[in-house]
Amino acid sequence: MPRIEPESGKIKWYKSDGAKSVYASLISILIGLAVGTLVIIIVGLLKSNISPKGIWDGVRLVFLGVFSTGRTDGQLTFGFNPVNMGNMLFRATPLIMTGLSVAVAFKTGLFNIGAAGQYLMGTMGTLSVGLWLGWSSCPSWLAWICAFLTGIVLGALWGAIPGLFKAFLNINEVITCIMTNWIAANLVTWWFDVHEEFKNAAEGGKVGYIIPLKNVDVVTPKLGMDILFPDSQANGGFWIACLIAVLMWVIMTKTTFGFELRACGLNRHAAKYAGINDKRNIVLSMVIAGALASAGGCLYFLSGNTEFYWSTYMSLPADGFNGIPVALLASNHPIGVIFAGMFMSTLNIAGLQLKYLTAYNEYIANIIIATIVYLSAFAMFFKMLLNTKRKKAKEVQIAVTTEEAKPEIESAETDEAAAEAEDAVDDEEEGGQQ
Amino acid sequence: MVFLIQQTMLYAVPLMIVALAGVCAERSGVINLALEGIMIFGAFMGVIFIRMFQGMGFVQEQGQIIMLISMLLTGICGVAFSMLLAFSAINLRADQTIGGTALNMLAPAVVLFFIYMIAQQSTLGMASGGAAGWFMIRPSTFGLPKDYSWGPVLDLFLNKVYPSTYVCLIIFIQVSIFLYKTRTGLRLRSCGENPQAADSLGINVFKMRYLGVGLSGFLAGIGGFTYSMTTANCTSTGEVAGYGFLALAVMIFGNWTPLNIALGSLLFGLFKCIAAIYASLDINGDGVYLLAEIGISPYVYRMLPYVITLIVLAFTSKSSRVPKAEGIPYDKGQR
Repeated sequence: MPRIEPESGKIKWYKSDGAKSVYASLISILIGLAVGTLVIIIVGLLKSNISPKGIWDGVRLVFLGVFSTGRTDGQLTFGFNPVNMGNMLFRATPLIMTGLSVAVAFKTGLFNIGAAGQYLMGTMGTLSVGLWLGWSSCPSWLAWICAFLTGIVLGALWGAIPGLFKAFLNINEVITCIMTNWIAANLVTWWFDVHEEFKNAAEGGKVGYIIPLKNVDVVTPKLGMDILFPDSQANGGFWIACLIAVLMWVIMTKTTFGFELRACGLNRHAAKYAGINDKRNIVLSMVIAGALASAGGCLYFLSGNTEFYWSTYMSLPADGFNGIPVALLASNHPIGVIFAGMFMSTLNIAGLQLKYLTAYNEYIANIIIATIVYLSAFAMFFKMLLNTKRKKAKEVQIAVTTEEAKPEIESAETDEAAAEAEDAVDDEEEGGQQ
Repeated sequence: MVFLIQQTMLYAVPLMIVALAGVCAERSGVINLALEGIMIFGAFMGVIFIRMFQGMGFVQEQGQIIMLISMLLTGICGVAFSMLLAFSAINLRADQTIGGTALNMLAPAVVLFFIYMIAQQSTLGMASGGAAGWFMIRPSTFGLPKDYSWGPVLDLFLNKVYPSTYVCLIIFIQVSIFLYKTRTGLRLRSCGENPQAADSLGINVFKMRYLGVGLSGFLAGIGGFTYSMTTANCTSTGEVAGYGFLALAVMIFGNWTPLNIALGSLLFGLFKCIAAIYASLDINGDGVYLLAEIGISPYVYRMLPYVITLIVLAFTSKSSRVPKAEGIPYDKGQR
């Protein structure tokens, strides 16, 4: 929300809380990229097989990886690369969904670290139903819808467990989410271990994978993505993710239900006192978060040519955890999540380019992402510092209008501020790629 | 039976060390969600140190010595890594869960990055030989013939046992004594229950919390190395199969007290062990593979620790001994 300066009456959007969140995110991103660059330079200097030119190539790819068009005559070339761009959007799809999941839970004051488990449950439901119906005489559009809905329902039910524990037993949702994550990992592995018919036995050398959905033609339509980005994996799933993000923004900011959720997040007891059913809202928030996270898994595997490695009881999908940095970067704003998700997948693509084109590997992108998460914990602290400073300054000016009696409540993101956040994140998108 | 107990110890020992690490941090009032990350980092550094010592010309007969030195060094690396969490959680009063998650993401990224830079593949093993040959205590360690047996009781302790089992025992006793019988331990616990009151009595809350997180990092680093040595043949792959989170479950199951945690880790270690070897497990040596005949899926055993923890949480939420100030950044001005 634009803050109205008491003395001049002017609106200064760049001083609003939303804008501050964007500054904090930008600083985190810059420091993260700097750390990545530093690692590349130091490792390059220490390793004898990497020349100064190799270091320079690595640094350029970290920033411009998505625009890389490969090597010609030993020189890196840059330009518009439809395959990279399309793959970036494709990889952004699950990140946007898990980011939304974490963001919605954050708004209700819950830390949904269970997105990975919900994502796995969604994947299990989608793949099983998609293959079953694909083999039957069911039309493929109906099979797609059924598979998608099954995945979402399973994820929602899985998300409900931590919600119920939190609402009725007051058990920290972080603990229950971690437990349900690993239970989900085992359940999914068990399910696919027992059901031999889903395993991809036809293609040699692909042990441990589930049959991709393109084999039964249950595939997300391209919706124009194949014209925009030929030869890439991009499909209509990205548009669906964007649509869901906008829908979540409307629900969270324009409806009574969303208001109740946010009220529970700001102060559960005050919300209860105001007549809001806090328990119901906490459970519902986790149900929605679970549905969103699982939708990420559904959309990723409904693209058709992605293959699921089913023996996953030892590890959890990275997309589930990467929802956390996405939500943090976007300050939990649903529209901001779209751009934060795209930024994250841009980093992923840059990492892959590093792997293919230089002596470095793709994990540099993960180092940058982890640094950003670490710094975003600081960012909250810096924002708090800024706010207390301003509050003190205001206490000196005694003319405190009733407007300012509630900055505490409004310090969370409101719509307009976040719309700006979206713009600024957009800017940063472009800024990061130049 | 001896075989089953020894196998269980393989899985239980790293769990116990890391769960005790969790207690040290949580009793001082800091949620250490980064246990998994510190373990991954510790496992990697342990392998690096072993490779370093092997490169320096140490031979197989000195395996136990270089293992103990590596363990100590790994613990110090764990302290260094955990300071990242301590700094954000204590000095900057940042959200401890997010800080821990950040470290959990940072550790595999850094470790895998360097493994690929060093080995051009996803696993980094010892320079030569295997973990069992180098580090296991066996008759030949004492200069006895290979198939020598001390009888069932002594065999349990001396034949085919990793020295980490004894390290774990020492750690368990030390942590119990430290938390309950020393002045510093009492102060550390008071910072987890009511830091304001502790501060009013002249206890430096920041220092105590740094101590708690540092100890936690030390033990979790050792635990990570132990895990890689005993169950992964001393290789580092940028993951520890969720052991850090399982250790958190053990800690909650054990209600934040060392003795219960020791028992809990034995129980969970048994489940892990059964899941791994149930098909070939002959408990009383009569040629009947009982567990394989019951036919319960190994995934049930793998799931059980987490399910049990959830159930225990549900039933003990009222009488839980969770440190009261856990997860709340200490603010001097707050009452």
